[in-house]
Amino acid sequence: MSEHKQTENNPQGKDKKMVIAMGSIGLICALLIVLTYQGTFASIEKNKAEALEKAIFKVLPGISKTKAFQLNQDQTFSETNATDPKIPKVYAGYDSIGQLKGIAVQANGKGYGEVLNLLYGYDIDNQKIVGFYVLESKETPGIGDKIEKEDFLANFKAMDAALNDDFTKIKNEITTVKHGEKTNDWQIDGITGATITSRAVGNILSMSSNQWMPLIYKNKKSFLINDKSK
Amino acid sequence: MSVINQNKSEKGFLSSIADHPSTDEFIKGVWRENPVFVQVLGMCPSLAVSNSAKNALAMGLATAFVLLMSNILISLLRDFIPKQVRIASYILIIATFVTVIDYAMQAISIELHKSLGAFIALIVVNCIILSRAEAFASKNTVGKSILDALGMGIGFTFALLCIGGVREILGSGSFLGFEFMPDSFEKWVIMVLPAGGFFTLAFLLLIFNSFKIKNNRA
Amino acid sequence: MRKITLHIATSPHVVKGASTETIMKNVIYALLPAAAFGVYAFGISALLVLLTTTISAVAIEHFLCKISKKESTVSDYSAAITGLLLGMCLPPDFPLWMAFMGSAISIGLGKFIFGGLGYNVFNPALVGRAFLQATFPVPITTWYQAFGPDRFYHISSSVLALPFMQPAVDGVSGATPLSAFKFDHVDTQTYDLAMGFINGSIGETGTVFLILGGIYLAWRKMLNWRIPVSIFITVFVFSGAAYLINNTAYPSPVFTLFSGGLMLGAIYMATDMVASPITSMGVWVYGAIIGILVVMIRLWGGLPEGVMYAILLANAISPHIDNLIRPRVYGTTNKLKLS
Repeated sequence: MSEHKQTENNPQGKDKKMVIAMGSIGLICALLIVLTYQGTFASIEKNKAEALEKAIFKVLPGISKTKAFQLNQDQTFSETNATDPKIPKVYAGYDSIGQLKGIAVQANGKGYGEVLNLLYGYDIDNQKIVGFYVLESKETPGIGDKIEKEDFLANFKAMDAALNDDFTKIKNEITTVKHGEKTNDWQIDGITGATITSRAVGNILSMSSNQWMPLIYKNKKSFLINDKSK
Repeated sequence: MSVINQNKSEKGFLSSIADHPSTDEFIKGVWRENPVFVQVLGMCPSLAVSNSAKNALAMGLATAFVLLMSNILISLLRDFIPKQVRIASYILIIATFVTVIDYAMQAISIELHKSLGAFIALIVVNCIILSRAEAFASKNTVGKSILDALGMGIGFTFALLCIGGVREILGSGSFLGFEFMPDSFEKWVIMVLPAGGFFTLAFLLLIFNSFKIKNNRA
Repeated sequence: MRKITLHIATSPHVVKGASTETIMKNVIYALLPAAAFGVYAFGISALLVLLTTTISAVAIEHFLCKISKKESTVSDYSAAITGLLLGMCLPPDFPLWMAFMGSAISIGLGKFIFGGLGYNVFNPALVGRAFLQATFPVPITTWYQAFGPDRFYHISSSVLALPFMQPAVDGVSGATPLSAFKFDHVDTQTYDLAMGFINGSIGETGTVFLILGGIYLAWRKMLNWRIPVSIFITVFVFSGAAYLINNTAYPSPVFTLFSGGLMLGAIYMATDMVASPITSMGVWVYGAIIGILVVMIRLWGGLPEGVMYAILLANAISPHIDNLIRPRVYGTTNKLKLS
C-alpha cells in the first residue's frame, strides 16, 4: 500500500471517485429498473392471466370454461376473483354441460437456471394427471427447453397420481427416471442431457401433487357447479 | 461549409447529425461494418433465434434498443466513469436496459417473450453491445454515439431478418407468420433446425463477401 | 490423385501410376452394372434420377469452375462419380428437383468449397445425401415397390414433382428390409437380399454386382481393399455378438451385412481416397470405426440405416486416426504430430 501511495498522487481520492461512480451508476440503473417494473406491471399481469387461461385449456382437454378457486385458511376451497398472486389458487375446468372435468394446478420450483413455473391438469375421478404445460422457464435453449417438446409432454397424457388408502398422500411418488427406463405410469421419462431439468420437473410435480391432491380430493364437492339449482 | 463549421463550434446534438462525417457513422453500421456480416459478432442470437422472421425481428429490435440506450448513457457518463471500473459499469448499464426490455417484452406479448426464451437475458453478453460501448461510446459525443448505435442496431436487425427470413420462407413456407406458399410446398425441414442457421449464415456471408470483393475491385 | 503402391527398391522411387482420370473411369465401369441392375429393378424413374444427379453434378462442377475463373475439372470424371453415387443412394422415385439440389450440395458444399478434388474432408456424395436426409426426411424414406409390372413405360409422378413442391404419392410404397425389421420385425430371406429382390435405394440392391465391381477395382489396385474388408469383418463380428446375445431383438449378421447400403457404402464411398486415412494401419482402424458405428446406429439408433452417418463421422476423424497411429520416429520420445 505504501508503494502505491508513492506512485499515485492521491489514491484515496481516486478510490472515492470510483466508489461514487459505481454507486451512482448503480442508483441510476436501480431507478430505471424500478420505474419500468412499475410501468409494465399492470399489462404483464394482464398478459400472464390471459396466458394462464389459455394454458388451462391446454392441460385440461375438452373443457369449455374455467373458474378460479382459492384455498382458504381452514383448508377449504371457495370461488374467487382475486388476482393477488400470494393467495394459493387452483382452476377448475368444466365441459359444455357444466360437468367438472378436472383441476389445473400451478406449481413452481427451481429448475436448472431459474424458477420453473408449471401448470398441470388433474383429473379427480380417475386420479390422473392429464396435461402439462410450461408457463415460464429460462432453461438452457436446446437442452433444458426440451421439457416443452412433444416427446416429453407425452409423459403427462395419463400420468398415475392415485392417492393412498386414507387419502393423505400420493401412493406412488412421481419420479423422474433415466431416459428409456420408464416402466410405470407414475414415472417421468427423463431427457438425455437435461437430467437436472427433467428431475426438477419430477420434484416439483411430486411436491405439488402431495400438497394439493389430498386437499382437492377432500373438497371435491366444492368444485361442482349446480346449474340446475340456480 | 461555413454552416458546418458553425455547428461544429457549438458541439451540440443537432450539429452532429448535420455534420457530414457523422452521417457516415450511421451508414457504416448498417453496411460497411455490419455487425453480423462483416464483424461476425453476436453469433449466438443470430443462429439461435433466427428460425423465424418474427423472432429475428424481435431479437434485432430488442438488441438495437439496448444498444441505443446503453450507448447514450455510457457516452453521457464517459468522463465520469473511472477507467479502472469502466467494464463493470458498462455491464451494469447494459444489464439494466436488458432488464427493461425484458419487462417491456412481457408487457407487449407473453408468447413472443416465451419464444425468445433465455435469449432476451443473454443480450447482456452480446459482444456487439459491449464492443460499441468500449470502442465507440466511451470516446465519442452523445450524438455520434446515437448514430453509431442506430446504425449498428439497424445493421444487426437487418442481418437477423435476412437469416430469419430465408429460414422461415424455406423451412415453414411463410414470412412473418404469413403463409404465402401453396399448400403443396415442400418444407425444408433442415432450415428450422440449428443446422439450417449455420447453412443460411454461411450462404449470406458468401453473398455479402462477394459483393464486397467486387466493390473493392471497382 | 495418385494411387500409391508400395515397391521395395532402392532409390529413386519413380513409378508411373494410373492417372486420376483412369482410376475414375474404372470406378464408373465398376459401378455401372449395379446401376443398370437398379434401373432394371426400379424402371425408368430410377434411370431419370441417375441421369439427373450425374448430369447436374458435372454441369454444376463446370459452372462453379467457370465463375471462379478456374480451369474446368469436369474431364477428370470425379464429378460424374459423385453424381452417380449420389443417385445410387437415393430412392428410385425421388423427385428430380430434390435430386438436382442434392447434386448441387454435393459438389458445392461437399467438394468445391474445400478447394475441389483432393481437398474434400467428406465424401461429397454423402454430404449431398445427408443434406437431403435432413431437409426432406419424408421423400427420402418413401420407397416404392421394386419390379412393378409397368416400370419401364410409366414414369412415377413423384419423380416429376414441380420444383419446391411436394411429390404426389402414387403407386404402392413398400418397406426396405431394414425398416421392415426395425419397425415391424419382419425378416427378409438372405437369398432375396443377395439377389436384390428387395426395395431400397437405386444402387444398393444389386449386391452381387457391387461386390464384383469392388473385386475388379481391388484387382486393378484402384481401391484400397482393406477398408471394405475391415468394415465387413467388424460388422459381422459386432452384429454377430449382438445376435448371439439376443437373436429375437437383433438381426442376424448375414442380414446386417447384405441389407441396406452397406455394400455400396463400404466398397465405393468409404474408400474415397481423399477422405480416408493414408496409412495402412489407419485404414484398418477407420474401417473398424465405420463398422461399429453402422451396427450401433442400426441396432440402437432411431433410424433404420446408419451407413451414411457412420462414413461421414469416420471421414471427419480420419486425419486424427493417421495422427494417432503414427509410429514414433526412432530416437525421439514424443510422437510427432501431423499439423
